[in-house]
Amino acid sequence: MNRFAALFATLDSTTKTSAKVTALADYFRSAPDEDRLWAIALLSGKRPRRSVSSTQLRVWAAEKASLPLWLFEESYAVVGDLAETIALILPVGTTSDPPALSALMGDLAALSGLSEDRRKAEILATWDRLGPMERLVFNKLITGGFRLGVSRGLVTRALAQSTGMDEGTLAHRLMGDWTPTSTSFDRFLGDQETRADTRPYPFALASGLEKPPEDLGDASQWTAEWKWDGIRGQLIHRDGLLALWSRGEELITDRFPEFALLSDFLPPGTALDGEVVVWDADAQLPMAFNALQKRIGRKSVTRRLLAEAPARFIAYDLLEAGGKDIRSTSLIERRARLETLVTALPATLPLGLSPPLAFDDWARLGQMRQTARQVRAEGVMIKQVQSPYHNGRKRGEWWKWKLDPWTVDAVMVYAQAGHGRRANLFTDFTFALRDGDELVPFTKAYSGLTDQEFGEITRWVQKNTLERFGPVRRVTPELVFEIGFEGIQESPRHKSGIALRFPRMIRWRKDKPPSEIDTLETLRGLLAQAQG
Amino acid sequence: MSHDPVLTLQQGIYCPDGGFHIDPWRPVDHALITHGHSDHARWGHRRYLATHQALPVIRHRLGQIDASGIAYGESLRIGGVTVSFHPAGHVPGSAQIRVERRGEVWVVSGDYKIEADGLAETFTPVRCHCFISECTFGLPVFRWQPQTMVMGSIRDWWQRNAEAGKTSVIGAYSFGKAQRILSGLGNAGPILTHGAVEDTTEILRQQGYRLPETIRVSPGLDTAAQRGALVIAPPAALGTAWTRRFGEVEEAMASGWMALRGLRRRRGLGTGFVVSDHADWGGLVSAIRATGAEKVFVTHGYTVPFRRWLSEQGYDAGIVATEFGEETAEVAE
Repeated sequence: MNRFAALFATLDSTTKTSAKVTALADYFRSAPDEDRLWAIALLSGKRPRRSVSSTQLRVWAAEKASLPLWLFEESYAVVGDLAETIALILPVGTTSDPPALSALMGDLAALSGLSEDRRKAEILATWDRLGPMERLVFNKLITGGFRLGVSRGLVTRALAQSTGMDEGTLAHRLMGDWTPTSTSFDRFLGDQETRADTRPYPFALASGLEKPPEDLGDASQWTAEWKWDGIRGQLIHRDGLLALWSRGEELITDRFPEFALLSDFLPPGTALDGEVVVWDADAQLPMAFNALQKRIGRKSVTRRLLAEAPARFIAYDLLEAGGKDIRSTSLIERRARLETLVTALPATLPLGLSPPLAFDDWARLGQMRQTARQVRAEGVMIKQVQSPYHNGRKRGEWWKWKLDPWTVDAVMVYAQAGHGRRANLFTDFTFALRDGDELVPFTKAYSGLTDQEFGEITRWVQKNTLERFGPVRRVTPELVFEIGFEGIQESPRHKSGIALRFPRMIRWRKDKPPSEIDTLETLRGLLAQAQG
Repeated sequence: MSHDPVLTLQQGIYCPDGGFHIDPWRPVDHALITHGHSDHARWGHRRYLATHQALPVIRHRLGQIDASGIAYGESLRIGGVTVSFHPAGHVPGSAQIRVERRGEVWVVSGDYKIEADGLAETFTPVRCHCFISECTFGLPVFRWQPQTMVMGSIRDWWQRNAEAGKTSVIGAYSFGKAQRILSGLGNAGPILTHGAVEDTTEILRQQGYRLPETIRVSPGLDTAAQRGALVIAPPAALGTAWTRRFGEVEEAMASGWMALRGLRRRRGLGTGFVVSDHADWGGLVSAIRATGAEKVFVTHGYTVPFRRWLSEQGYDAGIVATEFGEETAEVAE
């Protein structure tokens, strides 16, 4: 535990990639097997299940520090991180005798079987045994909020350095739903050839296209397809097992029972990359994203929901065929094999191809991109014909060229301080549009500005607060922002009757007075356009 | 006791019976100044009064001013009140200002720190009826380690960097924090200073404060020969072209705000040393208790929760508004 906490401190105290990789590799070389297996799991995003509620932790920590709960909450609002707040306010422990990481994780797993009193006693006792940094890490583990500024790519690179193994192989080992208790360190690294499980491949990622596509050169070297507005997934069929993995590497097979029959049709040893959407059979198009949201949110899927919101897998890449990893072959070859595979299947299956877009030059593709909303897509994907299926993101060969967002100019009416890195800065804002003489709040946004701008706004908020509701300030309606968003839909839950998708601040319109903001009517017009 | 308060707090801190303001932010006739930081000692007053120890830096910063000095503990009659200045432990020359009218005592803390830092005149509690306290770090998450421990970690960091062939650059406010680090590190190796830091350091040296030798960073300096040294510069110099002259560097910030990971990360700095010239939570609580005051006004920082907490502890507590309504993190240090 102290070694792991020290690793955490080192990773946290440097912004340099090389220093992070070195610290990780040192840890992987020196830590005991059980601990490093746990460390790999935790660093690659496998968080333990939350065993205590955050409310309980707040109450216990405040009690232990002899502070009123409200003062704990005020402190939390400033620190912006629950685990850190607790670590900072607890009195210095009585002994310093931290358990090993793997032992601690075992204890944590056992907590959920205990009564609340026993759980509390266990946690208070553990706090007492730990130093400040260990407490922070421990709290992050029990709150289930363990996250570090370390990408999986870095973990893979450090593991490759410390074991001498190939990065690509290791990246694949890290995927899927293995747990440190279900394997050993040697077995984890050792099972080179078996594909006995349904483990997915690291998803190849595209970068946003920020330059004109002409800069990509000869258009004939590129293919394009719609950028679908669904959830990215890998559909895998191996040894009679069918699995659907989300990009977050969550196994979501059970949420989409309509795919189960695909195991009778897909050849064994197949891995497809594609988009899960809800299918509008009449239009032969995906439905808007909110239809899919109904499916994502629910673990048990009713017959009615299946009928109302039927899912479909739109395939765009083939990663494994006949049990063989074909990720290193060219995109055109993979694409040809994918088409052969999918077109041979009965048309009634909930599986289709993402059609290629035919274009001779970039101008033509640009025109097609402008029509993306008509097919309920978000833009187009552009991929180099020779590209392999990369591990993660590799700039230069895969690009997403999204539609320009919709925008409205709105005025800020509420502000709230951010969390973590943005603690003490006002970064979370509510915006309003004009409706007659009234200002109607219609969306929140918290991204899109620079730290400098947030600093300037923070000073402004402090001088222009009209009212406080806990951490939220009502401010003078004066600052105007251009709000961009990707989608718009009706929502009875919102006062404005409208909900936006991915709202963010495009820029601060210092040039515009609040009298010139857009009206609710403008937004309703956009809604009508989106529905039509 | 008279019904009128000894000090009024609506438009800054003013003493009607003495006709003076304390740390005013708008130009006034007579200003009593607790210490030389620019948010307390402002330009444009007709007359200034501060401790003898505080005046040289104030003069350096404000230029030609009409200022008189006073010794710590010396009593001075101004109009209907008696004033005296008492060590606040914040920076060299800093003071709490005591104002007495017919036995009723009010104390304005200015900025203060409890722990003796070996440089500033050590904080002494002053008994009073009403205490006006800063509370820059008035939340229980702020708890400082003893200075010797922090200086130890700075020394370790510096040594590790030197062994890796790197120069260490530490960002510290040029008056107070910078010299405290200098004095805390002693003669552990060559220390270079940014011009803004060195100007103030030189003034304090001439006043007789014990500070180790330093090398001023000037255009002609052979920085290659100084590889592995420690550089002390104002926070604004971190990450700029100014530090590039030292080749490969490690940068860190020294401030109480470094206690919060979020703020450390926002500055893009991995390393932050928690060194504050303000009282931490425990320091504020013990200082207020030691005054014996029943009435407490708080100013700067987390005034709202701190006032509420004091009320719950049985104090008659209020808030003094500052120019900005409240201070933001990183302004006050």
